[in-house]
Amino acid sequence: MAKVPVQFTLNGAEKAEFIDSGTTLLNALRDKIGDTSPKGGCHQGTCGACSVIIDGELRLSCLTLAETCNGAAITTTSGLSEGGVLHPLQRAFLDAFATQCGFCTPGMIMAAKVLLDHTPSPSREDVVEALSGNICRCTGYEPIIQAVLTAARSNSQHAA
Amino acid sequence: MELRKSYFADQRKDDLHEIGQPRPRSDSPSHVTGKTAYFADRNFPGMLHLKMVRSPHHHARIRSIDTSEAEKHPGVVKVLTAKDVPHNVYTILILIQIGPEDETVLADSKVRWKGEAVVAMLAETERAAQEAAAKVKVDYEVLPAVFDMEEALKPGAPLVNEYHGQNHYLYDSGECRKVRFGDVDAGFAGADHILEQTYQSSPIEHAPTETTGCIVAPEGNDRFTCYTNTQAMFFTLDNASIILQMPGSKLHFVGGTVGGGFGGKVDVIVEPIAILGAKLTGRPVSFIYSREEEMQISSPRAAEKVVIKDGVMKDGRIVARKVTGYTDAGAYSRHSPYGAQKGAGHYPGPYTIPNVWIDTYCVYTNRTPSSAMRGFGVTIGDFALEVQMDKLARLIGMDPLEFRFINAYRDGDMKAHRQPTEGAALIECMQEASRAANWPVAEKYLSMSSYAKGA
Repeated sequence: MAKVPVQFTLNGAEKAEFIDSGTTLLNALRDKIGDTSPKGGCHQGTCGACSVIIDGELRLSCLTLAETCNGAAITTTSGLSEGGVLHPLQRAFLDAFATQCGFCTPGMIMAAKVLLDHTPSPSREDVVEALSGNICRCTGYEPIIQAVLTAARSNSQHAA
Repeated sequence: MELRKSYFADQRKDDLHEIGQPRPRSDSPSHVTGKTAYFADRNFPGMLHLKMVRSPHHHARIRSIDTSEAEKHPGVVKVLTAKDVPHNVYTILILIQIGPEDETVLADSKVRWKGEAVVAMLAETERAAQEAAAKVKVDYEVLPAVFDMEEALKPGAPLVNEYHGQNHYLYDSGECRKVRFGDVDAGFAGADHILEQTYQSSPIEHAPTETTGCIVAPEGNDRFTCYTNTQAMFFTLDNASIILQMPGSKLHFVGGTVGGGFGGKVDVIVEPIAILGAKLTGRPVSFIYSREEEMQISSPRAAEKVVIKDGVMKDGRIVARKVTGYTDAGAYSRHSPYGAQKGAGHYPGPYTIPNVWIDTYCVYTNRTPSSAMRGFGVTIGDFALEVQMDKLARLIGMDPLEFRFINAYRDGDMKAHRQPTEGAALIECMQEASRAANWPVAEKYLSMSSYAKGA
């Protein structure tokens, strides 16, 4: 099968690969580039575990063709901490016991980051709405919601 | 968090270092940074993908299987049928002598539930495996199916599983697991009221976000490494050893973080066939359930039916309890004979009842095989029992919490299955619940203790 080239930045680093046409961004990231932080939970856009940020917007990488991402800036949870220092969202998830099996966590953090990037001081309803596309089957939603609200507060304290 | 120190004060040690202290989870830092390694976060060069051809029928005889077109499909490397599996008929609990072996890894002469694995397709890509699977021709003779436990137990019902010979598991105690304690007929005869109710539940799917699967890599020395999200590492290793007729020393199982299990990943389903595929091709094999397979194929919690008959006195004492429990195993045993047995021990609940009669049946039907899930065998029973307790309290006009105090088990009470009660704390839990929920009970219940009656 003829390969197609894709080129984008992943967490700030240049990436270029040849892929089969029709490869999802999720499979390209996991199998070709080796970033396994986005998870495949359903491969049909319902669980949110594969969520990544493309050019500032939350996207389901299992429903995004890799070849449509040429020139894009892609962010995943594995790229959030800087110099070994956790992102405020990662810190808040850690402190709030907002992880159990951990499989939904990278997608949850992506959804939360896009929320806080657009809405620095969200209401509880904003958080619930922003996470509504992400399933946590361990049903630890309440600590997750609290973690996002805590991260928002710590962000605003930094800003002030 | 508040620790109530008034309960069991004489047993309490106050030099505890961990209890009452928040401790960070050791796995959280890798979860929040996306570094946790799940079984599927591995990729081997030349890895094959396994897809199953599954039965479209609930119950059918297999007349013939034609894989010739599938084998010609581009990308197909190997096609496996029942004859390729060294020990094709197995049962998980044979490891603890709970037989008979009653389930096929790949169906040979019959399929007994819709979705049963018939042919395994190994191909260069997932897509090729899927496309080739669709080209397998299986000639089925559809048989009558039975989906209801009571129908399955009637004479003349279609026989689901020939390895059992009848549509229920045969315990050493007979057609059901039995508990007999006191004289239940005398208990009912002396009761002020009798209440018989039937409770039913549907199968429940665990639906973990990470689907069931494994990746197997040949080590090049007749040894195979199996990366798996099983919740039952050694059960799986030992069953794989039996199914593949390979010594355990040839199998290297690597577990790790499971992306949600809840009991749904204790069956031995994906590993043996994936290892066989790796053995016969010499290549790494990935066998990962699709979301549809996770929902339709992986075993759910069993459907249950619980019939409870209680004799109760006006003063609140339960004097007799008769329970008939039915556990729907689906087409194969897996863990259900054990679940039904647990129910037999559990149905008196945390209550002391002098006269008890319990029968629990593990029933075979043409439904998806059920298996373990969080407290299987007792969780549905608890639902039934506690609803029954509320109904009994209402029947005699008593507060439901006070009714439970009267019947609560305490240290020294003999349970129906002949285990004396030790370390009971139900009274104290209910006392605290009464306060926490602001559900007042009479003072005499607040002065009760689990230590002994009348204490």
